Amino acid sequence: MTTQPAATTGGAAVDVGGVAAQRGPSDAKAARRERLAVLAHSKTFIAGSVILGIWIFCAIFGYVIAPYDPLKTDPINALLAPSSSHLFGTDTLGRDVFSRVIVGARDILIVAPLATLLGTVLGTALGLITGYFRGPVDDILSRIIDTFLAVPVVIVGLLALVALGPSKLTVIIVIGIVFTPVIARTVRAAVLSERDLEYVAAARLRNEKTRYILFAEILPNVLGPVIVEFTVRLGYAIFTIATLSFLGFGIQPPAPDWGLQIFEHYGLISGGYWWPVVFPALAIASLVVGVNLVSDGLSQAFER
Amino acid sequence: MTGAAPTETSPQQETAPALELNDLEVEYRVRGIWRRVLRGVSFEIAQGESYGLVGESGCGKSTAAFAALRYLPRNGRVSGGSINLGGHDLIAMTGEEVRKLRIKTVSMVYQNPGSALNPSIKIGDQVAEVYRLMGVGDDEATERAQEMLGKVRMSDPARVMERYPHQLSGGMNQRVVIAMALASDPTLLILDEPTTGLDATVEGEVLDLVNGLRAEFGTSLLFISHNLGVIGKMCDRMGVLYAGRLVEEGRVQEVFENPRHPYTVGLLRCIPRGGVRKDQQRLDTIAGFLPGLGAELPGCVFADRCGLMKALGSEERCQGTEPPMHELGGGHGARCHFHEQAQTLPRVIEPVPAPRAASDKNAVPVLRAENVRKTFHQEGHAVHALADVEFALAPGETLGLVGESGSGKTTLARTLLGLTEADEGSVVELDGTPLASVIAKRKGEQVRALQIVFQNPDSALNRRFSIHRIIARALTTLIGLSGEPRESRLRELAHSVRFDVRLIGARPAQLSGGLKQRVAIARAFAGDPQVVVCDEPTSALDVSVQAAILNLLVELQGEKGVAYLFISHDLGVVRYVSDRIAVLYLGRLMELGGAETVFEPPQHPYTEALLSAVATAEGAERPRIRLEGEIPSAAEPPSGCVFHTRCPRYLGAICEEQEPPLEEVEPGHFMRCHIPVDELRTIQQSPPPPRPDRARSPDAAAQ
Amino acid sequence: MARFIGKRLALGLITLFLLSIFVFFGSQVLPGDVGRRVLGPFATPGAVKALNHQLGTDRSVISQYLSWIGGFLHGDLGKSVTGQSVSGIVGPALLKSAALALLAFIIVVPLAIAGGVFAALHEGRLSDRFISVGGLSATSVPDFVWAVLLILVFALWIGVLPATAQAPPGAGFFTQVEYLILPALCLVFVLFGYIARMARAGTIEALDADYSRTALIKGLPYRSVVFKHVLRNSLLPTIAVVATQVGYLIGGLVAIELVFNYQGIGQALFRAAQQKDFPVLESAVLIVGIVYLVATLLADIAYSVLNPRIRYGSET
Repeated sequence: MTTQPAATTGGAAVDVGGVAAQRGPSDAKAARRERLAVLAHSKTFIAGSVILGIWIFCAIFGYVIAPYDPLKTDPINALLAPSSSHLFGTDTLGRDVFSRVIVGARDILIVAPLATLLGTVLGTALGLITGYFRGPVDDILSRIIDTFLAVPVVIVGLLALVALGPSKLTVIIVIGIVFTPVIARTVRAAVLSERDLEYVAAARLRNEKTRYILFAEILPNVLGPVIVEFTVRLGYAIFTIATLSFLGFGIQPPAPDWGLQIFEHYGLISGGYWWPVVFPALAIASLVVGVNLVSDGLSQAFER
Repeated sequence: MTGAAPTETSPQQETAPALELNDLEVEYRVRGIWRRVLRGVSFEIAQGESYGLVGESGCGKSTAAFAALRYLPRNGRVSGGSINLGGHDLIAMTGEEVRKLRIKTVSMVYQNPGSALNPSIKIGDQVAEVYRLMGVGDDEATERAQEMLGKVRMSDPARVMERYPHQLSGGMNQRVVIAMALASDPTLLILDEPTTGLDATVEGEVLDLVNGLRAEFGTSLLFISHNLGVIGKMCDRMGVLYAGRLVEEGRVQEVFENPRHPYTVGLLRCIPRGGVRKDQQRLDTIAGFLPGLGAELPGCVFADRCGLMKALGSEERCQGTEPPMHELGGGHGARCHFHEQAQTLPRVIEPVPAPRAASDKNAVPVLRAENVRKTFHQEGHAVHALADVEFALAPGETLGLVGESGSGKTTLARTLLGLTEADEGSVVELDGTPLASVIAKRKGEQVRALQIVFQNPDSALNRRFSIHRIIARALTTLIGLSGEPRESRLRELAHSVRFDVRLIGARPAQLSGGLKQRVAIARAFAGDPQVVVCDEPTSALDVSVQAAILNLLVELQGEKGVAYLFISHDLGVVRYVSDRIAVLYLGRLMELGGAETVFEPPQHPYTEALLSAVATAEGAERPRIRLEGEIPSAAEPPSGCVFHTRCPRYLGAICEEQEPPLEEVEPGHFMRCHIPVDELRTIQQSPPPPRPDRARSPDAAAQ
Repeated sequence: MARFIGKRLALGLITLFLLSIFVFFGSQVLPGDVGRRVLGPFATPGAVKALNHQLGTDRSVISQYLSWIGGFLHGDLGKSVTGQSVSGIVGPALLKSAALALLAFIIVVPLAIAGGVFAALHEGRLSDRFISVGGLSATSVPDFVWAVLLILVFALWIGVLPATAQAPPGAGFFTQVEYLILPALCLVFVLFGYIARMARAGTIEALDADYSRTALIKGLPYRSVVFKHVLRNSLLPTIAVVATQVGYLIGGLVAIELVFNYQGIGQALFRAAQQKDFPVLESAVLIVGIVYLVATLLADIAYSVLNPRIRYGSET
């Protein structure tokens, strides 16, 4: 049928919808199972989960499985090339790069998800409010959101961390707040298409409190986009936190953070000392790719 | 071009049917399994003939239409049989040949004219494209496109050519689509629900147009509709599809008057026909549901729902053997083993009307509106959506509310309910007590006394909640029930809307449209309301389900003495349920009177035109009165009588200068017209002459 | 249309005003004593006071803001704590950033749109998965990670491109471009997936739209349907997406500019942050915001010119 364009680009499944309306009660569970089946069959989702799983394992058991103490300096053995005793070689202070890469998963996997969670909670609340009320509340909040969006996330983070001083807690708070408007905007769009549905009018006709309408009636219906948004933002949070650490405003030395390791050694690349840079770089790359593959799989499952 | 050139007409093709389906089987792949959607469908459409295809949603009507173009969704395939289009075997053709055939031989018009046109290409270019595809040069293509737009009665084709779809109304867009479809002078024109979603007045207009052009071009039609009235008006012959199988076929009049398949019989009984009213008889319905997509049905596809089979006790034969198409003469055929007895199909619902509580006309009105106004402010314009609406609703009474879209029906409903705040000075009284204009300021008992059933239960029920939670929440917030009393009240309520309590744990998506609407009704009745607004409660439903819901509403009214404000664009339905009818135009009441009064002269000229546009399944039609153009914008309502720009009975300057008051012209019959009622009675014996006062074009008002 | 653009412009100005307030109060008021922070805990109170006086930070907050914003509007960006004029730092850096952004855009926009449309036309096939998943993966990797990996491969192992973006003084145009290729390539990796994804989604939506079906049923060849009917609708939203990336390119490239030692606005911001050079920081951030808003405004104008629904408004 490849010669027949219409067959490859046909419209929506004609007529099928009408029949779907008649399906039996067991089919909703089937739909949920189907969603899981979509995930289970998605190669990208599985690949992403495996990568993410490995890093989570490293984050939890890093200190147990690492062959060396990631913080122990050994200046005599500085900048050793990868070998059987040091798989990824050693850095300028003689620390084992392999151990530092493994243990380095911990901080980023604590800070990034917490920051994203904070941003998602705040952003969802803000998105619900702006989307539901529209009018002046929406106008004002939307202007503030726009203002945040006008400056790159890294810069806002940089400014805030300069003012507040870098620590894990401030990174979580700053990234969480910086992500709030972006998430709020996504949630707002989802709420805008919900608020005019008649179940909301029906709730108003029972004189339900606004709080109930927002959080009990509307929120469950926008949870899909919220979950997808969380995973997307998690990828960006890792991106941003790694960048801030690289710039010296994120996780502080001597923690074995990947961005920090790259920062400490990127000047040495031209001297041929590539290993203290490449392995943390690949670690960051694989982690964000893993998160994004999971996110892609989830969004496909939710879009069905 | 390969083989036989599909665009040339050989003598043998001249006599070939325009379309011939032979044992056509189509399957869709859903969740990994191929499921049959068309089961050996055969019919043919002769040259110049108009063939209608009816059936409830999910029967395969659209699939048949798209198959005739060899255009199936990606998950679809033709798994057997043949499609012959004007003498060409469509299935054997290459993609390129099919494409050539689409240029010349077959065209299609479908629902949603707005989305059928490309939003970023000028109308003229989209129409001219058809001519260019036929090999006509650019200039000539433009010229002929303009000519074609004139043929579909576009007032100013040159101007329309330069416009974009969003600048035209739905009815005008549909005319553009029709112009495009007929531009190539095709042998066959397929229309798939072309007027669904358009107002009755616009629908009438579009159907007249198609009929006129069909005569002019000699085109054959395949006309798909769920609306039997429209089929009756448009078609010579018709086929009835059920579960992908053609169960009956014949001349339209013959099928309507002498249906020989129980499904057709049932379908015809569901529609309120011949001015039947709720106090005369209940509507019949069809029990059960359409079989699932691709279900294995070794016998008759309708057997599971067939009351005749049960009455005759013929389960073995009906469920075991597929009935052949019995020829009944004159091209009439039915796939029923017992077609002679089809019309003895037992009724699902006894015709005896539901008992009614005597409504006391002199009682204090349960709901009274006076001077209700609503002004929206849009980008600096004041839009008067409602102007001085007044009516009173007696306890236990149904007031039907009709009018074109944009007439303010829904705004009125929302304003009464307090969802939209009425302008200052508006009075809405419940039981003689004024209501606050916003819901948040109304008292608990006022809130529960005034409820609504929305048009679309999919959007009216929270899809994340179980049915139990939806109804229980209403019981809690409206009357403060909890615990066991709430559960027992909930069961009672479910029972009273005939909702199976075993399904109470389900989510809305698991239920059929009719069941969902029952849940919505149960929710509206949770607080024992005095008035329920029904905003097009059945227009998203199939006719058999519509009948069941209408019966339910009427029964509930009898049991509980509730009053309805019933909004619908389907005048047959409004006539069936209403005691009185109000006609709304541009936010003003034009006429208000007893249901039967409004349907007969003397009527307001607007009502007269509205009724003349309706296609009914009886076939006997009133002379069509064409309304000029479309409903004007409420932002700039016409001076004087707001209807004067389109009025077929236009008097003269007085109509443009003075707004007539709403006057009681007969006892209980109110009208807003300068023409004296007796004169109306006389002149409405015959259709109005063309308006002499202007040579204005029908579309000027919309531009 | 004029109304639409006017409205966008007004909103942009409000946003800018809010931004100036946030930036000013965020960097000057929240952290407290500016002089103390610049000079550190061991400076004498007198020196702190003198610096505060010199910077004007001993005046009332409102008057500080007004004089800052007043100067800004007249093109006077004030003086850096190092004594240099702020415009002397920010101006050249802005130009450099613009050059890099332009190069990156010239490469990535056509590439990503073509990739996205191609993927849409082959939805679900291997080539689509490759473009979509590959693009997504590339997009999610931080730019500085790309930077070090690309330097390693192209500058050190293969040795075809310079490891820095700073062309030697007096270099010709093509040499300068050559120096910018690696950093631009990083940006291409980061932006490709993002833009391609939008182009793909828009194209799929347009392909599924009724009007595409109408065109096919008219008998238009598939190619013509895509080029005449689909693309003009599907690529419109992509304009806005491209514009929002301008903000990232001008100002967001802190890490890349650092790795490649490129004196763009990102690096200027970074240095100012490190040295707590608030006058530079404030003005640079505000300028980055202006660039972003101008870019999105231009995109809105382009969008409204190309989209008849906005160009002609709705009459119904």
